Amino acid sequence: MPEVPLLKLENVGKEYFGNRVLAKVDFSLNRGEILGLVGENGAGKSTLMNILFGMPVISGTGGYEGNIVLDGRVVRFNSPFDALEAGIGMVHQEFSLIPGFSAAENILLNREALNGSILELVFSERLNTLDRPAMRRRAARAIQTLGVDIGVDTIASEMPVGYKQFIEIAREIDRTRTRLLVLDEPTAVLTETEARILLDALRKLADGGISIIFISHRLQEVKSLCDKIVVLRDGNVIREESARSASIRDIAAWMVGRQVDDSRPPRTGKVSDEVALSVRNLWVDMPGETVRDATFDVHRGEIFGIGGLAGQGKLGIPNGIMGLSPSGGEVALFGKKIELDTPRKALDSGMAFVSEDRRGVGLLLSERIDWNIAFTGMQVQNRFLRGIPGLGNLVRIRDDAAIAEETERYIRALEIRCTGPGQRAVELSGGNQQKICLAKAFSMRPELLLICEPTRGIDVGARELVLNTLRRYNEEYGTTILITSSELEELRSVCDRVAIVGEGKIAGILPATSPAERFGLLMMGAVGDGDEAAQREAAGNA
Amino acid sequence: MLKKFIATAGWPRVIIGLFLFALFVAAPFVGVRISTSLSDTLVRFGMNGVMVLALIPMVQAGCGLNFGLPLGIIAGLLGATTSIELGVRGALGFAVAVGLSVPIAAVLGYGYGQLLNRVKGDEMMIATYVGFSSVAFMCMAWLLLPYKNPTMVWGYQGSGLRTTISVNEYWFHILSDFFSFKIGTFYFPTGMFLFFGFMSLLMWLFMKTKTGTAMTAVGSNPEFARASGVNVDRMRIVSVVLSTIFGAIGILVYQQSFGFIQLYMGPFYMALPAVAAILLGGASVNRATIFNVAVGTFLFQGILTMTPSVINSVLKTDMSEVIRIIVSNGMILYALTRKAQVKR
Repeated sequence: MPEVPLLKLENVGKEYFGNRVLAKVDFSLNRGEILGLVGENGAGKSTLMNILFGMPVISGTGGYEGNIVLDGRVVRFNSPFDALEAGIGMVHQEFSLIPGFSAAENILLNREALNGSILELVFSERLNTLDRPAMRRRAARAIQTLGVDIGVDTIASEMPVGYKQFIEIAREIDRTRTRLLVLDEPTAVLTETEARILLDALRKLADGGISIIFISHRLQEVKSLCDKIVVLRDGNVIREESARSASIRDIAAWMVGRQVDDSRPPRTGKVSDEVALSVRNLWVDMPGETVRDATFDVHRGEIFGIGGLAGQGKLGIPNGIMGLSPSGGEVALFGKKIELDTPRKALDSGMAFVSEDRRGVGLLLSERIDWNIAFTGMQVQNRFLRGIPGLGNLVRIRDDAAIAEETERYIRALEIRCTGPGQRAVELSGGNQQKICLAKAFSMRPELLLICEPTRGIDVGARELVLNTLRRYNEEYGTTILITSSELEELRSVCDRVAIVGEGKIAGILPATSPAERFGLLMMGAVGDGDEAAQREAAGNA
Repeated sequence: MLKKFIATAGWPRVIIGLFLFALFVAAPFVGVRISTSLSDTLVRFGMNGVMVLALIPMVQAGCGLNFGLPLGIIAGLLGATTSIELGVRGALGFAVAVGLSVPIAAVLGYGYGQLLNRVKGDEMMIATYVGFSSVAFMCMAWLLLPYKNPTMVWGYQGSGLRTTISVNEYWFHILSDFFSFKIGTFYFPTGMFLFFGFMSLLMWLFMKTKTGTAMTAVGSNPEFARASGVNVDRMRIVSVVLSTIFGAIGILVYQQSFGFIQLYMGPFYMALPAVAAILLGGASVNRATIFNVAVGTFLFQGILTMTPSVINSVLKTDMSEVIRIIVSNGMILYALTRKAQVKR
């Protein structure tokens, strides 16, 4: 077909301060086509999208090379407003909703339906009042297009994360001019059911003529949704392939530039009969992840998984055990009762924790890597301290050399890509940040390691490394590990047993080798079908 | 090389440093002696240094700039007046003043810290009012406290403290003159610098201890600190207590050099110059180093000393007070707008 593609990138390249992040990126996108853009963290996806969307960070650092051709015309956006004007809509990873506004108000922000008034003639339409019924109608239509059921009057701050994502997309849909929609990791925060609804909705939009660029780490989704897949690695387009002909394994291999081995060697770690962690009638008041009554045992040397749909309480369990959220019930480690609600007691008893909220709880973003890794060990175990020469151990100060040494060790062991122990944590990519969180926990030499969402938001290569590291750590040191994750497949591949949490209770515990259907049944058995789950989630949040 | 220096020092410090240098160069041409100007600057640096140093712990712990510094200063004033009341003279008198002010500062700081823990996020605003109201409260207290020493109380009434009290017979220049030397008209207050160095060393060591590290982490990310088993509220209180104690010691250093204890509204105006100095030195609302303190205090006090004298001589009229006010407040304004920039 001699059709002019909607979007065509010609030799697009970009350098940040002499550091090349994109080189000669070439691809095109037709109307109504869905293009999957995949690549490891740091492959250049975000930079490419920043260029496309005219983000000031690009022009502020010397602009870009090459041309972007939209509808046959070369365009060069200087601000996101230009891009919006040209019909490009973007949904970012971070939510940009106004918390106190309703769904309708958020969707129609700055494009509100207005009532005419006499003031308009004198001043401008800025003084018109809002036509609320019309706004609600328009918002409802946009939400409906997505195939979800969200009340237009729901306040953004009270929505579950999944809903927020839908609202962001609805906002872009409402723009009548939108011809190209860019979605950056839209399914990362969604449950599987929600993700499926979203993918269906995107397909419908594409059939209606809107082109979509879909960025995701979930290759399964990319393959099932997209028409075409573009793989970026180190700023280069490695492959442009039809989604039908490429297998997931191929895509993953192109991304990391090597063969991905997702089959792990059989377990060699020994699981003893001794109970390491016993949890009895635990309740945890964690917003959005309430645990009502959880009872289970984890054996010494075991890798124990906790799975379940979002909002059912799986994240509440480790956060409650660590004393980070108000909780009650009985938790004992090797028979010794742990005082809840005080993180210090949990840490003292030999537990270490990797939070699901990496940036909020897991890291000192503005501090050095080595501080991040050594801090907990220093505070809890009095390590990395030395006396002042001449004063003996009267006053003990930070042993910066020992901290740096420990950090160097983990940088090598976990392949953390950084300039050295002195780099600030905020400058690293998601995968490397996660490795720092792991290093912090490993450095505590814990008896029990609690890890939440170990692979959230990190790419294939890093994911394998993280999971294998956990497995190896368990086998070498016999450490008991409790992993909480939304990715059932991941749990099944590393754990010995997996517990499924539903409605704040343990719905069942199965050996990881059980067929996937049985896990699925446990999840569904607890919550009925997906839509009902979503509603309950909403009710739980209200 | 030059570029790197500017990048590390920051443009504001380079510009103000150059301006200060220009004033020194211009001074001899308008009849201002460089040697006296320089020793004036150094004396003022020594007088104010410890009070600026007092701001570090609270900034590092995420409590913001300590606009409640007057509280610490009041503790220092109580120590100073009580020491004089007891009639101890010389170095011992100064030591007694320090010894009395530290516990008072610790108690006041503890209460102040409790208060700040209840208003997380608005620390600087609340701190300002703590400073103001404590000064107002003490205005009444100075009249009522049962001091009797005739050098301190109002002569005609026999009770109530005077607004300014001379320390001349007690511990005037007790630190400043320690190993001090004179070259012509240039005077160097060695002891005051040694004392500032000593206090800086204490602060530096403290920030390197486990507690100091925890404090920095609390300021950087309280959630992280909590998950690492740190008691966030306690760390914040420790930082406030420390800041208040340093403020108390700081004002004693100031008084022994200045020669007078200024009561009543005296402490009212002490927090802003300290804050301006540390910001000028390159600190932000959540990160401050001893280097920031030293550089900032030198630049701020240098400009404050030089501008009035040089410009006065140029204009040939006595405008020094007006110029001093314009310059010092202008610099505070400048430094505070810089704060907003750093926050971004």
